[in-house]
Amino acid sequence: MLLNPTLRLFGPRAAKRSGRRVSGYWTGVARRLRHDPVTIVCGLVLLALIGSAIAAPLLAPADPYKTSMLRRLLAPGVSGYILGTDELGRDMLSRLLYGGRLSLFMGLAPVLNGLLIGGTLGILAGYVGGAFNSAIMRTMEVFYAFPSVLLAISLSGALGAGIGNTILSLTIVFIPPICRVSESVTTQIRSLDYIDAARASGAGALTVIRVHVLRVVLGPIFVYASGLISVSIILASGLSFLGLGVKPPEPEWGLMLNTLRSAIYTSPIVAALPGVMIFITSICFNLLSDGLRSAMDVRE
Amino acid sequence: MLIYIVRRILYAVPVALGVALVVFMLVHLAPGDPISAILPPDAPQELVIKLTAYYGFDKPLPIQFFKWLSVVLTGDLGTSIATGRPVAEEVGLAFSNTLILATSAALLSFAVAALLGTIAAYTRNPIADRAVTAIAVIGVSVPHYWLAMVLVIIFAVELGMLPPMGIGPENAGGWRPDPAHLAHMVLPTIALAAIPLGIVTRTIRATIREQLNQEFVIALRAKGLTHRQVMAHVVKNAAPTCLAVMGLQLGNLIGGSILIETVFAWPGTGFLLNSAIFRRDLPVLQGTTLLLAMFFVSLNLVIDLFQTRIDPRIKRA
Repeated sequence: MLLNPTLRLFGPRAAKRSGRRVSGYWTGVARRLRHDPVTIVCGLVLLALIGSAIAAPLLAPADPYKTSMLRRLLAPGVSGYILGTDELGRDMLSRLLYGGRLSLFMGLAPVLNGLLIGGTLGILAGYVGGAFNSAIMRTMEVFYAFPSVLLAISLSGALGAGIGNTILSLTIVFIPPICRVSESVTTQIRSLDYIDAARASGAGALTVIRVHVLRVVLGPIFVYASGLISVSIILASGLSFLGLGVKPPEPEWGLMLNTLRSAIYTSPIVAALPGVMIFITSICFNLLSDGLRSAMDVRE
Repeated sequence: MLIYIVRRILYAVPVALGVALVVFMLVHLAPGDPISAILPPDAPQELVIKLTAYYGFDKPLPIQFFKWLSVVLTGDLGTSIATGRPVAEEVGLAFSNTLILATSAALLSFAVAALLGTIAAYTRNPIADRAVTAIAVIGVSVPHYWLAMVLVIIFAVELGMLPPMGIGPENAGGWRPDPAHLAHMVLPTIALAAIPLGIVTRTIRATIREQLNQEFVIALRAKGLTHRQVMAHVVKNAAPTCLAVMGLQLGNLIGGSILIETVFAWPGTGFLLNSAIFRRDLPVLQGTTLLLAMFFVSLNLVIDLFQTRIDPRIKRA
């Protein structure tokens, strides 16, 4: 999927800006973001989605687990069910609200884990270089040799269904690309004069990384990782859709889509609803990441 | 050039070995010991011991790995626990079905992406450019298994125009190029084409834009070349990057069609992998993953060599 890890550290704007130093980097980023309505709208939609998932117990009109044989597969709007009911008569709106909790968590956690592990490994490999670099990057190459969907499904297929196993398999999928990007940006700045100067003035490796390396590389790495969130959400829900993630009766968008597949002949609109939620979430994360990328002037 | 080719192939060997190791470890990642997946829980103890020795599960892991590898290299992927047939045979049959579907999705998405990407790069109309960018973002963001469901709802359930699932009318055996089988391919092809369409459109648009900003374009125009002649030069320079991304996407289509194949009950490798997971048929899981991953490794190798062939500048160390 979207795991193309080429990043250039310094975009064209960096050169233009250095001549006339009017304001700081982050001021510029904030100003560009303010003038980008698409990114702002996507950010707000995501805040609303995350907020409604957290506040699901307050917002949900009904119990998401309460089944009713009499009220199965009602169309949206019928007898007080705003978004209808599912194949077991449970309120769809409540289940979609509660479903956001697991779907968002399972989409975000692997990218955060990957960022933590892959980022650390990549920065160390890029900074230390030599045999250490080769050992780490050659290992990553092996995982890179798998198509990402295949790796995720084979791993969670072998590990078995479950929330923890899904997050574990997706973490393994996201470590290599994040590691590769971190390594390449760190290698780019490692031989620059100011790093040499810091080392020559007696700073230890950890100090150099903390003060001089992280400050430069973290931005691009974060931007890259933010672009993976949408893939992660689609894959996490996809694993549940296959029956490899969350187990019934937990509400989760991918699993709901799977159990409602039998209802496409009787109530197609209700059956398609969970996918709409996945789609909105994933497209907003994608556009937000694109907006951040251009505001922070990270070039692909 | 020859030295480069040999070096690049030799370089792929350790990666392939690593891939084999990961696939081998899949079985040992599985909870419980592998024998419990083969035998029912109430199997007699002596049978468990006999089978453990038969499969070599009592040996240390490194020895098991090399034994497994030497058998795999002869083309023997073991026997399916569920059907009792050789895994290589089952995977081979499924692979040809996957290849047909992936190729048709690749052709569709690359053709549309080339058209849209080029238009967006060339146009001075911001609305057209925005529309193409929007299509590309939708392509990479849409959950393709949901798109598959929506397509089934619209074209099979509501309109009744196309069959909702299966590879052909009798839904058995292989694929044939007749109208009935082609009708079964339409919906899975479209659903599978969404992601590569988005990614390749983006790449083509960005690459051609970058080329158009190069100085050689101004020089060519100043020389008096026609629009079409300039475009030929631009396309030639943009081709290596775009072809590499397309090759990668083809690999992802073949290795990543599991969800679409499951929705449409398309009897390919993804469908096989899915049923193997739910029947705990570990040899089939292992064999399918190995074949798909090795195909991906070889495809990457071919793309790399092809890329250096058409653009000698990228002869990397």
